[in-house]
Amino acid sequence: MGDAGGEGPRRLAGQNRLRLVGMGFAFAFLAICAQLVALTVLPNLGGPPEARLPVEARLPRPDIVDRNGVLLASDVQVPSLFADPKKIIDIDEAVELLTAHIPDLDAKLLRARLSQSNRFAWLKREMSPAERDAIFDLGIPGIGFVNETKRVYPMGRLAAHVLGYVDLDSKGIAGIEKYLDDQGALYTASLADPETQSAHPAEISIDIRVQHVLADEIGQAITKYKALAGGAVVLDADTGEVVGLVSLPDFNPNDSNRNFKSQQQNQMMSGVYELGSVIKAITFAMCFDYGTATLASRYDARFPLVIGRHAIRDFHGLHRVLTVPEIFTHSSNIGTARMALEVGPERHQAFMRRVGLFDRLLTEVPETAKPLLPARWGKLVTATAAFGHGFAVQPLQGAAVVASLLNGGKLITPTFLKRDRATAEGLAQQVVKPETSRIMRELFRLNVTEGTARRADAIGYRVGGKTGTAEKVINGRYSKNHRMTSFIGAFPIEAPRYVLLIMLDDPQPTPSTFGQATSGWNAVPTAGKVIERIAPLLGVTPILTPDDLKKLEKQEKQALAGKGPD
Amino acid sequence: MLISRSDRGLLASWWFTVDKLLLSAVLLLMASGVLISMAASPPVAERIGVDSFHFFHNQLMYLFPAMLVLFAVSMLDPRQARRASFWTLIISLALMVAALKFGPEIKGAHRWINIGPINLQPSEFAKPAFVTIAAWLLAERTEHPDMPGHLFAFALAGVFIGLLVIQPDFGQTVLVTMTFAAMLLIYGISWVYVGGLVSLGVAGVLVAYETIPHVASRIDRFLNPEKGDTFQVDTATQAFKNGGIMGTGPGGGEAKQVLPDAHSDFTFAVVGEEFGLIACLALVMLFCFVVMRVLRRASMEADPFPALAMGGLVTVFGLQAVINMGVNVSLLPAKGMTLPFISYGGSSLIGMAFAMGLILAFGRTRPKVRLPAGDWHLAKG
Repeated sequence: MGDAGGEGPRRLAGQNRLRLVGMGFAFAFLAICAQLVALTVLPNLGGPPEARLPVEARLPRPDIVDRNGVLLASDVQVPSLFADPKKIIDIDEAVELLTAHIPDLDAKLLRARLSQSNRFAWLKREMSPAERDAIFDLGIPGIGFVNETKRVYPMGRLAAHVLGYVDLDSKGIAGIEKYLDDQGALYTASLADPETQSAHPAEISIDIRVQHVLADEIGQAITKYKALAGGAVVLDADTGEVVGLVSLPDFNPNDSNRNFKSQQQNQMMSGVYELGSVIKAITFAMCFDYGTATLASRYDARFPLVIGRHAIRDFHGLHRVLTVPEIFTHSSNIGTARMALEVGPERHQAFMRRVGLFDRLLTEVPETAKPLLPARWGKLVTATAAFGHGFAVQPLQGAAVVASLLNGGKLITPTFLKRDRATAEGLAQQVVKPETSRIMRELFRLNVTEGTARRADAIGYRVGGKTGTAEKVINGRYSKNHRMTSFIGAFPIEAPRYVLLIMLDDPQPTPSTFGQATSGWNAVPTAGKVIERIAPLLGVTPILTPDDLKKLEKQEKQALAGKGPD
Repeated sequence: MLISRSDRGLLASWWFTVDKLLLSAVLLLMASGVLISMAASPPVAERIGVDSFHFFHNQLMYLFPAMLVLFAVSMLDPRQARRASFWTLIISLALMVAALKFGPEIKGAHRWINIGPINLQPSEFAKPAFVTIAAWLLAERTEHPDMPGHLFAFALAGVFIGLLVIQPDFGQTVLVTMTFAAMLLIYGISWVYVGGLVSLGVAGVLVAYETIPHVASRIDRFLNPEKGDTFQVDTATQAFKNGGIMGTGPGGGEAKQVLPDAHSDFTFAVVGEEFGLIACLALVMLFCFVVMRVLRRASMEADPFPALAMGGLVTVFGLQAVINMGVNVSLLPAKGMTLPFISYGGSSLIGMAFAMGLILAFGRTRPKVRLPAGDWHLAKG
C-alpha cells in the first residue's frame, strides 16, 4: 500500500521504524521480566532461609542505663547452631561428636533432624560462646552458626517494673521497653546512628542504688510485718523524675517464663488503691488555698459526724474541739470531713480536678491505671473523700500530687526519663499558692516530730510526712482486719528535694509492734530506714543538732551492745 | 442490546470500528489498578493520618471521570480528536505556567495547581495532547512538504519540555523528550539527525546532572548504591524477594508498611510482594500487549497523522510503564514516574484515559480514502 507519490495520503517515511520501536519495547519488557525472575526466584533457591526481620527491627535497640550510667538492659549476640543436612557426610559421627560436646542435646532427636531432606534445621538456639568455640573446633561439615539477638538485664529484678521486657523478636512489650517502640519511637530513633548500626543508650531517671535500697527495705518489711506485698516510690520534688520505684513481689525480666500472678504487677502504677489518710494532706491544702481554714481554725470532733444514715468516726478519738494542726497530727476523720464540708462538693471536685486526680496519669511506662472515683459527688462523698475513703488512685499519682503540695505548689507530671529543672519548670502547673505549700511543709514536719509519723524521723534529714491506714475492700466491703498502710513524706522538709512513698499491703500485728498494724508501726519505720540509707546516696546534707548527736551516740551504743534500735 | 450493522448512529459505528481487544485490555488494567490500590494504599494513608481507605476511595472516585473520558474520546474522529487535543494542550500549558506562579510547592517542585477543591497536575493532560498536536504538525508536512510543520512541532516541544524543566520534573522531561525523539524517528528523519538528537539528549542529561542537584544525587545513588539513601529501591528489592513466585498473599506484605510511595511510584513492588512473580509477569504481559497491539495498528495505518499519533501516544504509555517497573526492579535510577492506570493519582489516571481514548479513536477502522493524485485536495482547501 501507499507507494510514494501515488494516490492518497503518503505513508510516513519512517513508518517501518515502528517495528524498531516495538523491538525496543519488547527488549525492555523482557529485561524487566528477567530481572523479576532474578529477584524473586534466585534468592529463594537453596541455602538457609534468611531470618525475615521486619524492616523496622534493623535499627539497633538502644541499651538502657540508669541516671548514673549503670547498664540496665543491653543486647547481646548469642550464637545458634544450625545444620544443612544435605551437606553432612557422616551422620553417626556428627551425632556422636555433637552430643559429646553439648550433653543436653537429645541424640535421637538430633539424628532425626540431620536425616531429614530439608536444607535447614535448627540444632540448638542460644548457646554460650564456649560451646560455640568447642563445636567450631570439631570441624563438622554442614553445620554453622547464626548470631541471634537476646535482650539481657544485668540488674535482674532490680528495676524490672520500670524497664519492662521485650518479646522474642526484640520488640518491647512492657515498661520503658515498650515506650521505646511506641510513643517514644522518635526518641529511640534520635539515639540511633544507622550508619554505624549503633545507638546511644537511653538514660532513665532511676538511680539503681536507690532502687536497691527500696527493694531491700520493702522486702525486709514484707517479711517482718508478714505483709502480702509492698512498694515504694522516690520522686525528685523539683523535676518530677522517678528516682526509684519498687513493687514487690516483682519478677526477673531475664526469665523466659512470664506467667505472672496478679500481685507481680506494678502496684505503684497499674493498681489503684485508697491511700487513706494520706489524702487528708490534699484536703488541708485545699482548705488553706480557698482560705476556709487557717492553722488557728478549730473544728468540733466531740461526736461522730452524722450525714444521712452514715456516721463518720475517729480512729483514736480525742472527743474534743481540735485545732487544725491537731486534726492533722491525730489524723482526725471528723475534723477533716468538717473542713471539707466548709469548702463544699463543687469546689472540692474542682480542686481534685485541678491537681489531676480525675485523670489518668500518663508517663513513659505504659502500665497505668485510671483513678477510681465515686459516681456521684455529693455532700457525703466530699466528707468521706476528704480523708481518702471512696476513691482510689495509682500510688505514683498520689505521690506526684503530694509533691506539688510541698514543693511550692508546682504540679509536675512524673517522668522515667532524665529531665532538667528548666524543662520541669516549663511543664509545671501552679496548683496551690506558695504560701499554702509552706503551711503544708510545716504540718508535715509537725506530724513527724509530734504526730503519727515519728518513727520516720531519720536523724539529721528533717523528714516531714503523713501516714495513711486504709481499710482494704474485700468482697465489696471495707474490712476491719485487712489494711493498706502507707507513708508519704519529703526530705529535707524546709526545701524538699525528694518525696518518698511507702506502701504495705495487709501488714499483720506482730509482737514487736505491740499488736498494732497501723501505718505508724510498719510503713513509717520502713520509711525512716529508707531515708537514712538513700539521703546520703542522693547527696542530701544532714544538719545535726546537739540533741541529734546524743541520739546518734545512743544508737551507736545500742548497736555495739548487739541490739539495734527498733 | 443488539446493535445492527446497518445502524449508522454514533454508538453503533463506534462499536463496530473500535479495537475491542485493546479496550478490554485497558479496562482490565483499570480494574487491576483498583484492586492493587486496595492492597497498597491503606498503610500509606494510615501513616499520613487519614482514613485507611482514603486513597482507595479517591481512586474509585477518579475512575468515573476517567472512564467517561476514555469512552467519549474514543468516539471522536481524527479531526475532532485533533481539535480536542489542541484545546487541551492550550489550557494545560496555560495551567502549567500558572502552576509555576501560583501552584503550591510540593517536594520542591511546582507541578500542581489547585482549582477550587480539585488538585491538578496539568502536565499529565498536556502529554497526550502535545503528542497528538505534534503528530499532526509533522504529518501535515508529509502531505504538504512545503509546510514548515516540523518547525512548529519543534517549537511546541521546546515550550513543553522547557516548562517541565522549570518545574522541575526530571522524570517527565526525559519521558517527553524520548517520546518526541521516537515520533521524529517514525516521522522519518534521517539517521544522521537521530544520532545528533541522541547526543543532544545525552548532553541534556549531563547538563541536568551538573546543574540540578536532585537529579545529580539520584543518578549518583543509582550508580553507587552505598553512597546515598537507596531506601525505597532496597526495600522494593527486598519486597520482590519476600514475595517469591506465589507472593505472601493480600495483606501479607511488609514493604508497604515502610515504603513512602507504596501507593504511587512503588506500587509494583507491593504487587510483587503480595501477589508474587506470576502476577507481576501477567501485569508486564498486559502492558506489553497494549504496546504491541497499538504499534501494529499504527504500522498498518494508511493516514500519516493517526499513525504517528498512535505511535507517539503508545510510546508515552509504554515508556512510563517500562521506567516505573524498571525503577521498581532496580534496573533504572529512581525517578518519580507513575505506573499507568495502576499507581494512585487522579491527574495521571484521567490523563492516561485521555491518551488511551485518543489511541482508540485513531485506531478505529475507517473507510480507506483513495483520492486521485494531483492537487485535488489543495483545490478543496
